[in-house]
Amino acid sequence: MVLLTRKIEFSASHLYHNPNLSAEENRRIFGKCNNPHGHGHNYTLEVTVAGEPDPMTGMVLDLKQLKEILEREVMQRMDHRHLNHEVPELAGQIPTCENIARVIWQLLDPKITQGKLHRVRLYESPDLFADCYRNGASAAGTQ
Amino acid sequence: MSNELKIELGRRYRFAASHRLHTSQLSEDENWRVFGKCNNPYGHGHNYILEVSVSGDVDPATGMIANLVDLDAFVERHVLEEFDHKSLNEDVPAFREKVPTTENLCIEIFQRLKTFPKARLERVRVQETGNNSFEYSGEKPQGDPQ
Repeated sequence: MVLLTRKIEFSASHLYHNPNLSAEENRRIFGKCNNPHGHGHNYTLEVTVAGEPDPMTGMVLDLKQLKEILEREVMQRMDHRHLNHEVPELAGQIPTCENIARVIWQLLDPKITQGKLHRVRLYESPDLFADCYRNGASAAGTQ
Repeated sequence: MSNELKIELGRRYRFAASHRLHTSQLSEDENWRVFGKCNNPYGHGHNYILEVSVSGDVDPATGMIANLVDLDAFVERHVLEEFDHKSLNEDVPAFREKVPTTENLCIEIFQRLKTFPKARLERVRVQETGNNSFEYSGEKPQGDPQ
């Protein structure tokens, strides 16, 4: 099995706020991420696909095809958007790295038909990221 | 749906520390042969990068596996306060006997962080330089293929 990783970057704004909590609780739990006007990040997304290289093309999947899937599913939905207000898949969820990574997994998994989605890693900053795997899959080998 | 997926939160920290690779079980010559310039008696230092990964359920109320404030405070108290701007050999009791290689450093940091109460520690990865990094995810006889 070979792992293939493609990286893209997008910029988006968000804020953390749970309407079921009081204003003070929101501030206590989410700190400055609770600023009502939001703030933004340059996100880096790494998508790893696992599979056997096709004997004829030598490819796990055509990178051009993966690029198009990422453009359609992620860039068009999230790049230069407000994640709380403009991404229906995140409606009702706090747009943390964990939740965005999971939504991206759910968007990509059915679209990747050659090879299998292995890992979604979403960096909110160089020092903070979330990884999403299929349960039971090995986390090794994707650093 | 979410049971099919495993989500981990990864966080990077930095600390600068000195060390010397030396073991009293070897002669001076053997130490030099095995550890090379890392055996310099005055030690040398690195800017280490520590990557900590934790897993758990994402709390629907907060969208988080663990609040970063809690994770940061735990890592600060249990690792960074004792390691940053210190001599690993002289200032960290575990390395009075054990050689402070980055392999051993990973294991020591894992032991210190595995009691984090808010999420399950999956692994620590320590980058000694841009060219060397080491990972440890504890001893797992069952379940984890690695």
